[in-house]
Amino acid sequence: MYDEEVIYDSRRLVPPEEHTRPTTERPWVRRTLIGIAVVFMGLVLVLPLLLVFVEAFRKGAETYFAAFSDRNSQSAITLTLLVAAIAVPLNLVFGVAAAWCVAKYEFWGKSFLITLIDLPFSVSPVVSGMVYVLLFGAQSALGPILKANHIEIIFAVPGIVLATIFVTFPFIARELIPLMEDQGSVDEEAALSLGATGWQTFTRVTLPNIKWGLLYGVLLCNARAMGEFGAVSVVSGHIRGKTTTMPLDIEILYNEYNFTAAFAIASLLAMLALVTLVFKTILEFRFGDELAGTRRH
Amino acid sequence: MDIRVDTVRKEFSLYPALNDVSLEVKSSELIALLGPSGSGKTTLLRLIAGLELPTAGRIFFGDEDASGKTVQERNVGFVFQAYALFRNMTVLDNISFGLKVRPRSTRPPNAEIRRRAMELLDLVQLTGLEKRFPQQLSGGQRQRVALARALAIEPRVLLLDEPFGALDAQVRKELRKWLREIHDRTGHTTVFVTHDQEEALELADRLVVMSQGKIEQVGTPDEVYDRPNSPFVFSFIGESSSIPVAVENRELWSGGRAIGLPAPADAPGEATLFFRPHDVELVEDGVGAALAGVVAASRRVGGTRRVELEVGGNPNRVEIDLPFDHPAGERTRIAFRPKRWRVFPGKV
Ligand SMILES: Nc1ncnc2c1ncn2[C@@H]1O[C@H](COP(=O)(O)OP(=O)(O)OP(=O)(O)O)[C@@H](O)[C@H]1O
Ligand SMILES: [Mg+2]
Repeated sequence: MYDEEVIYDSRRLVPPEEHTRPTTERPWVRRTLIGIAVVFMGLVLVLPLLLVFVEAFRKGAETYFAAFSDRNSQSAITLTLLVAAIAVPLNLVFGVAAAWCVAKYEFWGKSFLITLIDLPFSVSPVVSGMVYVLLFGAQSALGPILKANHIEIIFAVPGIVLATIFVTFPFIARELIPLMEDQGSVDEEAALSLGATGWQTFTRVTLPNIKWGLLYGVLLCNARAMGEFGAVSVVSGHIRGKTTTMPLDIEILYNEYNFTAAFAIASLLAMLALVTLVFKTILEFRFGDELAGTRRH
Repeated sequence: MDIRVDTVRKEFSLYPALNDVSLEVKSSELIALLGPSGSGKTTLLRLIAGLELPTAGRIFFGDEDASGKTVQERNVGFVFQAYALFRNMTVLDNISFGLKVRPRSTRPPNAEIRRRAMELLDLVQLTGLEKRFPQQLSGGQRQRVALARALAIEPRVLLLDEPFGALDAQVRKELRKWLREIHDRTGHTTVFVTHDQEEALELADRLVVMSQGKIEQVGTPDEVYDRPNSPFVFSFIGESSSIPVAVENRELWSGGRAIGLPAPADAPGEATLFFRPHDVELVEDGVGAALAGVVAASRRVGGTRRVELEVGGNPNRVEIDLPFDHPAGERTRIAFRPKRWRVFPGKV
């Protein structure tokens, strides 16, 4: 109704503020700092990774590939894939469910649940493994019952799977929570008001909204599931050809001074890391704005 | 479909956002919920939609009690303030969503869904944009897609939460006219929330003025503007000036002078006089009873001059409007009488 603002507006023609840079180091300072960072990363990150491959191929390609024909190593690779194939889908479901609860509902004890989700990050993996031994081991209260029913958990595959699930639980949930909180529930409400069922809303609206974040979380979760050492080492019992995963196999080979074979298996894990990194970079580059948690890991 | 809200109460963590609100919306009516921020407009709209459930009270759609029904069962078209378009779907998919998610028994064949969506696209004047994604549309276009999407399910009522809130003034005005046309053409019972009173006055058949979780007044725009029933409504709708007065001998008094206005039959005592700044007549100072004040400020706005007067010892200045070239604009003292006014008991 009153257009007096327009009158004042013409007086507001202040010259645009001088633009000052937030940092004012001299060029040589900047170059030195960047240089130090690059050298450091090269020494600490890139060089060791390269050395894995150098060491693996030291005695030629033939010895390298011979390492994979070893029966124990093959079984370690299979077990690792199996563990990841169980742990990752389960954590996918748990992670999405946990993120959904935290992001879309208000309930008592919510911040405690978030802390709980982070627990595996703050607890040493060895401790996580020990907890399972205490729970299901022969000396535990559950031990005799399990034994009577011929259920093996500790020093067997179920224990390894459980320990891996525990250690890798936060990856997907942590990736999704900020993303889902950011998106709120208004899209879901819109779908419901249009007559969609809860499941239709989830698959057609929620899932497409979080798909890149979810893929990113799955990648990180998978890399960790295949590479987990500490927790798995405690519950595995190191039975060669039965309960050794790739990281455990590498350790055994290394302790037997079988360096070439150790590094050959290690090179597989290193390659997994590289593939994950490449995917991660592509995702960040293409869908950076759909990965809310990108800068938090 | 008429809607009846029956003494509905809504509490969020013990604090009531809506306090025993009752309202009847007639079939095919376009009704506006108007009120300051936090007055409970969105809450009332979401309760009607079924996106929230009332703490107490009931909501009827026609004769049917809808209180216990879910959002899906209520079949309402809801347009969200921030559009809430599905970003992974094209415009056409957004509009057909409500039909595509129907159970097989009631779902029209795909060709029919497409035909209906295209028809709606035409209705909202977006023909040719069906393959775009929401991010590729302007704010006004998104708003229209949101409306088309809500209309696609053939809703029993249409609910809009600040439909034009995020748009600039020019686009708002266009869409306002357009919404009125669509409403007249489709005849949906429509409730929309706004905090732009101009929008409400221009667009709505009836206004619901809300404040602090209560309905203050319901009426046609003219009724609410001409006969506000409380100091709140008087000052919230349109421009207003107020001044404390005393009621004595069936007359209004200010600063010990009768001001030439008869008092309503109320008991004597303190009261507050409300009037519109443009609804005044000037009188010769000292001739006859009137309000008189010293000009404290005066500024021209377009075709009128707004004058701020200090009347008696009142800390709050009184504003009146004059034609911009009125000779009184040059004076230092002006006497006037409101032509239309309301007196509310007590100090406000
Ligand atoms: N989910 C919620 N949880 C807690 N309090 C809420 C919630 N939604 C609304 N409220 C409270 O209820 C009151 C009414 O809110 P509402 O959103 O209905 O206001 P409004 O009239 O739509 O305001 P605006 O014009 O700012 O949109 C406010 O005090 C608000 O803080
Ligand atoms: Mg609101």
